[in-house]
Amino acid sequence: MSNDAEVLAEVQPIIDGDQFQNKTIFGFWVYLMTDLVLFASLFATFAVLHNNTAGGPGGAELFKLPYVLIETILLLTSSFSAGLGQLAARRRDKTQVLIWFGITFVLGAAFLGLELHEFSNLAAEGHSWARSGFLSAFFTLVGTHGAHIASGLIWMALLLVRVAQKGVTPRMIKRLSLLSLFWHMLDVVWIFIFTIVYLLGVL
Amino acid sequence: MSTPAHASTKPYIIGFVLSLLLTTEAYILTTSHSFATGTIIIIVLVLAIVQLLVQLFFFLHLDRMAKTPWNILMFVFMAFTVSLVIFASLWIMKNLDYGHTHPAEQTSQYLKNNEDL
Amino acid sequence: MFGRLNFEALVHDPITMGGIVGAALAILAIIFFLTYFKKWTWLYKEWLTSLDPKKIGVMYILAATVMLLRGLADAVMMRVQQATSVGSHQGIVSADTFQQVFSAHGTIMIFFVAMGFMFGILNLIVPLQIGARDVAFPFMNSASFWLYIAGALLVNLSLAVGEFSAAGWLAYPPLSELAYSPGVGVDYWIWSLQIAGIGSLLSGVNFLVTIIKMRAPGMTMMKMPIFVWSVLGAMSLVAFAFPILTATLGMLGLDRLMGMHFFTSTLGGNPMMYVNLIWAWGHPEVYILILPAFGIFSELVATFSGKRLFGYKSMVIALMSITILSFLVWLHHFFTMGAGVDVNTFFGIMTMIIAVPTGVKVFNWLFTMYRGRIRFTTPMLWFLGFVTTFTIGGMTGVLMSLPAVDFQVHNSLFLVAHFHNVIIGGVLFGYFAGLSYWFPKITGFRLNEKLGKIAFWCWLIGFLLAFLPLYALGMMGATRRLDHYDASQGWQWLFIIAAVGVVVICAGVAFQVLQLVVSVLQRKSRLDLTGDTWNGRTLEWSVSSPAPEYNFAIIPTVSERDAFWVQKQALAAADPNAKPAKPNYLPIHMPKNTGLGMVIAGFAFLVGFGLIWHIWWLAIIGFVGIVVTLVVRSLDEDTEHVIPVSEIIELETKFAEARSQA
Repeated sequence: MSNDAEVLAEVQPIIDGDQFQNKTIFGFWVYLMTDLVLFASLFATFAVLHNNTAGGPGGAELFKLPYVLIETILLLTSSFSAGLGQLAARRRDKTQVLIWFGITFVLGAAFLGLELHEFSNLAAEGHSWARSGFLSAFFTLVGTHGAHIASGLIWMALLLVRVAQKGVTPRMIKRLSLLSLFWHMLDVVWIFIFTIVYLLGVL
Repeated sequence: MSTPAHASTKPYIIGFVLSLLLTTEAYILTTSHSFATGTIIIIVLVLAIVQLLVQLFFFLHLDRMAKTPWNILMFVFMAFTVSLVIFASLWIMKNLDYGHTHPAEQTSQYLKNNEDL
Repeated sequence: MFGRLNFEALVHDPITMGGIVGAALAILAIIFFLTYFKKWTWLYKEWLTSLDPKKIGVMYILAATVMLLRGLADAVMMRVQQATSVGSHQGIVSADTFQQVFSAHGTIMIFFVAMGFMFGILNLIVPLQIGARDVAFPFMNSASFWLYIAGALLVNLSLAVGEFSAAGWLAYPPLSELAYSPGVGVDYWIWSLQIAGIGSLLSGVNFLVTIIKMRAPGMTMMKMPIFVWSVLGAMSLVAFAFPILTATLGMLGLDRLMGMHFFTSTLGGNPMMYVNLIWAWGHPEVYILILPAFGIFSELVATFSGKRLFGYKSMVIALMSITILSFLVWLHHFFTMGAGVDVNTFFGIMTMIIAVPTGVKVFNWLFTMYRGRIRFTTPMLWFLGFVTTFTIGGMTGVLMSLPAVDFQVHNSLFLVAHFHNVIIGGVLFGYFAGLSYWFPKITGFRLNEKLGKIAFWCWLIGFLLAFLPLYALGMMGATRRLDHYDASQGWQWLFIIAAVGVVVICAGVAFQVLQLVVSVLQRKSRLDLTGDTWNGRTLEWSVSSPAPEYNFAIIPTVSERDAFWVQKQALAAADPNAKPAKPNYLPIHMPKNTGLGMVIAGFAFLVGFGLIWHIWWLAIIGFVGIVVTLVVRSLDEDTEHVIPVSEIIELETKFAEARSQA
């Protein structure tokens, strides 16, 4: 069965840079749109509850902006390297794919580590999600983004192992394109978390 | 071998630099308190939207998406739903707050003043 | 070890016990028959693991039918309770059980009956109508179906193990919060809907991509059958409204599991945000259900009037306007929450506006019938019943779009009558019409028309008897969800009429079951050999009944709307002696069967059960299981099988011979 050749024909638009001609990529794009609506619901809830601190601390007392800026720059850089990784995938350049997505993975993991550190600090100081409506909304919104990052990292690790074993097969080109779309989208969501939750939160 | 336009790293670099600039800009603006709070809020939100467009354009290649209009349409529908869920919820909940957080006399005064009842 | 689960969860009152025993006996009987006739392998290989949307569709419909019977039993209990629980008489169930009954009724009817019928019909018909062999993502389709089943199983399990939510079908907080509903009922509600809802969301994305990317060559948007348009609208709503439900249920779940304060009445929670969000999903949801019904009616009214659909373009515009507008009216479900005049006015006006495109559609259907050669078949009867009842229901809706009027009837039986008027008269009649219209296409034989017509009349009369009194009762001040009232209210005679109505509806259901049984027994004499039962207009009628696995041996090229009608006319006009060109068949790739979708849903079921009963290790096992199954699936690169040309020729020749003899 000429399976590989068929897949190659299917991913040709991706290689040519018209990835949305591909059915799977388009379907994933629609999924990403639905995911953004999910985030919008959480943003709306955060916006409604952000003053409901129930006598507890608010954003101005809790957030350390320099720390969050570092997180932001890490994630932004990882989005950039994911983009370069996807370009390498389209060239079927195995080494570059491993390098760029490897960098993305490290940066993403560092971001997640920083976020978990921030969360555990907050909880240790007694400002857990059960403290107030504001903190519930904060932990859920930022945590949902973090959960997406975590699943992206697992996915990335699996794909990198596959690429290392079998090289950049047509199937892999498609999957790496999906992954980098996912990763760019998470970066876009983070811009708004950074701005609305953190920057506006300390004002 | 020359790289075709769609496979060039240039847009990624431009997008990355612009995003970095916009992020630090918003950060400095917020921490320096050089304007009134209301002004800062507006500028910071505008910067976020500009960065959204930058990333859409340079990382997600919105320009090339024009070839696949369904893509754009899905994006527009998403933007419609997202803004609706956020802004209409805020409007509705704000409106409710008014009736719930003030003493009854104040609320009826508000209704008299504002809605000609 | 087992969280909150202990033997007390299995103790129930006599009526619930009766239900459990009945369900258990039914399951045992099915197991017995499968074992006795050695059908397990057949069931597993031909059905449970199938990725064929036609088979998944049939399974959806069977599951939805079972859930319909369950929801109907709840409805009967409510009617009996309200007819008898007056003054010094207590009804048949306690107040607490009654609350569980109405919560389960609403939840089941919307999420598991209406959604089940809808996705069933979509799976069966959409690929055939657009000239495709499959949906865009067959494996995801199977996973969606099994997630729906997992959700349905959880709801039914709550009958036997523990209890169901007593907080109404939308579980408003703070009542649904831990402080006021400490039991597992609300958790059952949350996690069964979360699982089924994620399945629906995936299905929505799947059909959206199928319609956009997989249409036959030549079928431009404006040449699509109107049913496909209606599905396109509905699926966009699924894709963009269901995430709101996922987020909202998630937040309520976090409140209950982790002590968060989203919707609690203390520590900064805001219960009204829940009401706001749930309806931001909930209103699009009712249009998700009704749009495909509109599409079905548009198809069959054209077929049975022997005419093109009147005003195709205006129909498309109306469908798309409804799709957009349905996102702009959600506040009319909570006018009484206390928003100011400007908010209430905006949403009131939007609600009135959405009635306009709906009115356009009604006129289009009537004009399609005008001067048509109408055949009064069962599907057409459902349509006529729909037009009358739905129009009444629509008008009572417009009545309530005025906030001032809504304040008077809010939460009364008037509202209950209104939404049953549109959901039974619109959605359910629509799906019944669709099922009787496409039944020959699905099974290969026709239904008994006579019994179908009797069933229709029972449903229509029963519906009017059951719900018209509720309008009056609502005006007289009877609130919804009453388990007991005082004799001096003078309501009882109306409640008794309503109870008679539900008996007549039950007779309708009995006739439907009888119709099915009789038709199956007589199937040899009712075979549909032509594949074109009703002299149809769209592509699904161009293939054999039931359609072969690959749907189309050669993907058709479409040049005009009503593609099959055009084909037939061209054929009739052509020289009868000319030999048709010999078709050039090619091998067809179809997805291989796989049980992994079922496995994923099985793990999702474990996650749900673990979270409901606080059995954390079970939830973790389930979650890890889902991830591992997905990885296993992604490693499998040999997911297709090939149908050889010889097999296609054999099937197609057989169909051609049968058709020429018929």
